[in-house]
Amino acid sequence: MADRAVTLGAGVLAAALLALLLGPLAALGLSLEDLALTGPELSALRFTVWQAFLSALISVALAVPVARALARRQFVGRGALISLLGAPFILPVIVAVLGLLAVFGRVGWLNTGLGALGLPTMSVYGLQGVVLAHVFFNMPLAVRMILLGWQAIPAERFRLAASLGFHPADIARHIERPMLREVLPGVALVIFVISLTSFAVALTLGGGPRATTLELAIYQALRFEFDLPTAARLALLQFALCALAYAASARINLPSGFGAGVDRAGGPPAPGGWRKGADFCAIILATTFLLLPLLAVALAGLPGMSTLPETIWAAALRSLSVALGSTLLAMAAALLLALAAARSSARRRTAPRGTGWPALAATLPLAASSLVLGTGLFILVQPFFRPSSLALPITLAVNATLALPFAFRILAPEARRLHQDYSRLSASLGMTAGARLRWVILPRLARPLGFAAGLVAALSMGDLGVIALFAGAEQATLPLLVQRLMGAYRMQTAASAALLLVGLSFALFWIFDTLGKRHAAS
Amino acid sequence: MRSFTCALGLSAVAILGASWAIAETPVLTVLTYDSFASEWGPGPAVEKAFEQTCGCDLKFVVAGDGAALLARVQLEGAKSDASVVLGLDTNLTAAAAATGLFAPHGQTRANDLPVAFADPLFLPFDWGWFAFVYDNGKLVNPPTSFEELAASDLKIVIEDPRSSTPGLGLLMWVKAAYGDRAPEIWAALADNIVTVTPGWSEAYGLFLNGEADMVLSYTTSPAYHLIAENDASKSAAAFTEGNYMQVEVAGKLAAAPQPELADQFLAFMATDAFQSIIPTTNWMYPAYTPEAGLPDGFKAMISPEKSLLLSAPDALTARKPALDEWLTALSR
Repeated sequence: MADRAVTLGAGVLAAALLALLLGPLAALGLSLEDLALTGPELSALRFTVWQAFLSALISVALAVPVARALARRQFVGRGALISLLGAPFILPVIVAVLGLLAVFGRVGWLNTGLGALGLPTMSVYGLQGVVLAHVFFNMPLAVRMILLGWQAIPAERFRLAASLGFHPADIARHIERPMLREVLPGVALVIFVISLTSFAVALTLGGGPRATTLELAIYQALRFEFDLPTAARLALLQFALCALAYAASARINLPSGFGAGVDRAGGPPAPGGWRKGADFCAIILATTFLLLPLLAVALAGLPGMSTLPETIWAAALRSLSVALGSTLLAMAAALLLALAAARSSARRRTAPRGTGWPALAATLPLAASSLVLGTGLFILVQPFFRPSSLALPITLAVNATLALPFAFRILAPEARRLHQDYSRLSASLGMTAGARLRWVILPRLARPLGFAAGLVAALSMGDLGVIALFAGAEQATLPLLVQRLMGAYRMQTAASAALLLVGLSFALFWIFDTLGKRHAAS
Repeated sequence: MRSFTCALGLSAVAILGASWAIAETPVLTVLTYDSFASEWGPGPAVEKAFEQTCGCDLKFVVAGDGAALLARVQLEGAKSDASVVLGLDTNLTAAAAATGLFAPHGQTRANDLPVAFADPLFLPFDWGWFAFVYDNGKLVNPPTSFEELAASDLKIVIEDPRSSTPGLGLLMWVKAAYGDRAPEIWAALADNIVTVTPGWSEAYGLFLNGEADMVLSYTTSPAYHLIAENDASKSAAAFTEGNYMQVEVAGKLAAAPQPELADQFLAFMATDAFQSIIPTTNWMYPAYTPEAGLPDGFKAMISPEKSLLLSAPDALTARKPALDEWLTALSR
């Protein structure tokens, strides 16, 4: 009964999501008659897909050794490091780009160092820069998601392996690879689709029009040519790419099929020898790569902290309330969809797990162009309301929608395991839906719930795609204020405001993440 | 209970009183770009000055930049709350005029632009010359033309004409200066361009961080550093082929809910009260030089000998082919 309510609720939610994503396309006058792409659009499509593919592949390939090292090694500051891994992902784009350039730019630390050593310098601008930035943003996310996979392997499996005299290579083959096979396609899918809609990063670091993405073509159509149907057509293409990638990842995805454990997590064994050295190497390299640009952001922002305008606090408060509201919405929706996806995959044992409409509905928002979404919503609400009166509610709903996929991806594998391991027990005990949520679901999902909520909250702090279209002059959120400061030549103050934004986002992320870890059933 | 009823009654009176006061004060809505209305732009001071004379409430509604502004006007159409649109530039006005949403401004005061400029629909409020800005401590002999720049190994950062109005301005600049030779100039410039950014802020930020020797900005950009930061290290380069102008204009919407206030605002725009705010908030030249003249820092700015400006219809016709040339030259 409760299960049916979950499926029904998720169905309604999925329909609402589709309406929210596709409604704006209709409002822009999408016509299905003329879908052919022009020459420049075709080359934009090629570049978009290629850089997204490379970004996903490299992020995931680099994340696996780092996640494994973090899963099996204990060291001082490990917890703090894992938390800090969330930071690059939540940086506002322009802030991250400036941070990356302080390290990898023409006069960045790397090239200054190379020059001092008499070595040839490297140019960051081009495909390599675009991929570098996307790896910087997304590799930490991949590490965290893969780490959750490692932590979710029942401890008995590793104990059994030890008693069977498994070598690290055997453990990798029989325990770790099946887990990766289940987790990686989802992670790669998320990164691929996020990188699809890249715009400012791709353009700024791409070095010029060779690095044109579909999102830029959308921007151009909406801003300069006022060609709404073209924008809608390109936005539809982004959704189609997302759906294709989704189908591809679902084909690769295989359930790990570990079966239920006694619900006790324990990390994998920590082999010594060269593996120990390799693990610490991976951790040190990844940390250096991720922390140096963050350090640059902090160094750039600190000097001007005292010059921050008073209005910044009101903007910060506005951003915080939007973030918390979006988090609540997105988490409720993601949990519902994750539970429904767990049920639907359990019912179709022959089909590859993790497929099904709830997962697709929770993935499509990743490919949404926020400019198209914003413009479409603007057209839809404008006949009835003054747009600026709806700036905050719309920003809240759109941020929740855009962040939903991350929360879903983090919750879904755990929810599926939970369903497999506990649904019969709960049913045989005759637990009500409320009791099941209270005693079974929430305690066991606490860790991914905390991580996901932290991520959603931080992402909602940073996003400005839609608010910029609706906000009146007085309703600035923190990211909008950063943009306005930059537009007014006040780069130093903007850097400081950005540091404040990053600090607040990270604090939100850390609070939720820590709460989740603390309440995780152990 | 009684005090509750009493409080309810009082607050009802208060609300009625407040809404009566609002109903008495007409609201003039001006649609403008974000940085005009921001607390560092001219908006707040303009609002205060105009409200002192108009007996009205001036409200700004914002869109990202000039291009976003035009898109917003088209989205809202005749249903807009706005009576005045402020912040389009002459590269956009032909498209804006073609929407048929604008009405003649009817203002007659002659402006002080360095080139003759008059448009029945659009009234200028400020202007500037595009220029490459550089650090005069690091670059002693700046290039004096596009050809010299292209022949040098100087690195520049520019804005994308597909997403930014200064980027579009640069496209028009090369076109106006070189005509059919524009593709050749772009091809020669290709190895000088470090990168192309989505907007002005990113480009200027990259330049200040040392990523490029020069950035496409305005001849008046150094005035910001001079006046606000007491820093004389930035200069702008005058080019012998001339520097292209950006003329920023305002217009009255044909379906303006407050047509009289809109006229009053456009007239106010040409007065010293408005114009004297412009230099140190928008960092552009006022379209009508105020009686008191320009602030000191502005006198130190360069004045290119030649000003280039395509007429609005020419700019509109030139855009598409110029953009294609630009894409071809830089995509190689």
